[in-house]
Amino acid sequence: MFERVKDEDFMILSVAMDADIEAARPWIEEASPDYITLIDQNHLLSSLYNMFNVPQAVWIDETGTIVRPVETGGSLDITQDYDQETRAQAKLTYINAVGDWAKDGSSSKFLFGRDEAKKRAPAMTNEIALAHAKFQLGQYLRRSGRTEEAGAIFAECCELHPDSWNIYRETAERNERGLAAGDEFWEKVRSLGEKQYYITIDMEGMPG
Amino acid sequence: MVTVLTETSATELKAGPGVPHSPDGPLPKDELWLSATDTAAITGWSMKPEGFCKDDICVPTPPGKADRFVQGDSINVSAFWELMGKPAVRTADADVWLLGEGAGPRNDALLSLQAPGFTLPDLDGNLHSLSDYRGKRVLLITWASW
Repeated sequence: MFERVKDEDFMILSVAMDADIEAARPWIEEASPDYITLIDQNHLLSSLYNMFNVPQAVWIDETGTIVRPVETGGSLDITQDYDQETRAQAKLTYINAVGDWAKDGSSSKFLFGRDEAKKRAPAMTNEIALAHAKFQLGQYLRRSGRTEEAGAIFAECCELHPDSWNIYRETAERNERGLAAGDEFWEKVRSLGEKQYYITIDMEGMPG
Repeated sequence: MVTVLTETSATELKAGPGVPHSPDGPLPKDELWLSATDTAAITGWSMKPEGFCKDDICVPTPPGKADRFVQGDSINVSAFWELMGKPAVRTADADVWLLGEGAGPRNDALLSLQAPGFTLPDLDGNLHSLSDYRGKRVLLITWASW
């Protein structure tokens, strides 16, 4: 999807938030090899960057500085009523902006200044930090075959960090297609009501 | 035996917590006591005259409560973790502990705008660090199979 933005000064690090490497493997092998795909079994990035769903993206410049803090990779808010066309347009706008940055670097108009970037940095609470710690403990137990203990810990994680679908969907039951998208999940989506789930993607041309 | 996890390591120790504690204190299960050597190897923190230290940071032992934190060569790591506002979580049997990072340092790091570093494997098990790609613009993007 990002093939058009390849450049020697630019790269994509795509990270699978998957405890089960084999679940991620077919997706990776089918994808373009033009970018590097890593596996994050413990969701370390959720903890480091305060992420809570996929896809979420961060733009990092040549010096290792965050120039666009965590936001969705072009997905409009799930709690808002957008039609398919608008959602597709949002994705395209985002991809084009990435392409612009890949090409123009620091002169790209899509970068935030330091003050604005700081304002957009997501604030982590003690509950979220505790949820991430427990999640990693739970993942360790699950890998060790202690699934019942892991399950109890994951339930605590979901209470501590109810907005995290990274935690919920990773640990919930999967359907035959490997998706954690049962009735309970959609009930969770509905229970958000009209609450804004994502920070607005502040980007020229972005619909919504 | 006790296993101590950090964000980047898993260490199995033959000797468990089981360090003497005062009879009216909490149950030993609630505390992770490690030798000074294990504490330093696992966490990078160590006892100095100024307190519990790592790099330039030292956390002094609360006055009058030294016994709760240090006994001989043993350090109550979970108590120090709690004192520092970092999560120390464990299984019900206290045979696996995880020493996590607190919200404060996480927020400080994100507000510094320096992208937090990490090292993760690809499908073939090769490790990649964010710092390997310094000098390039990096779009870091997550996805999942679920």
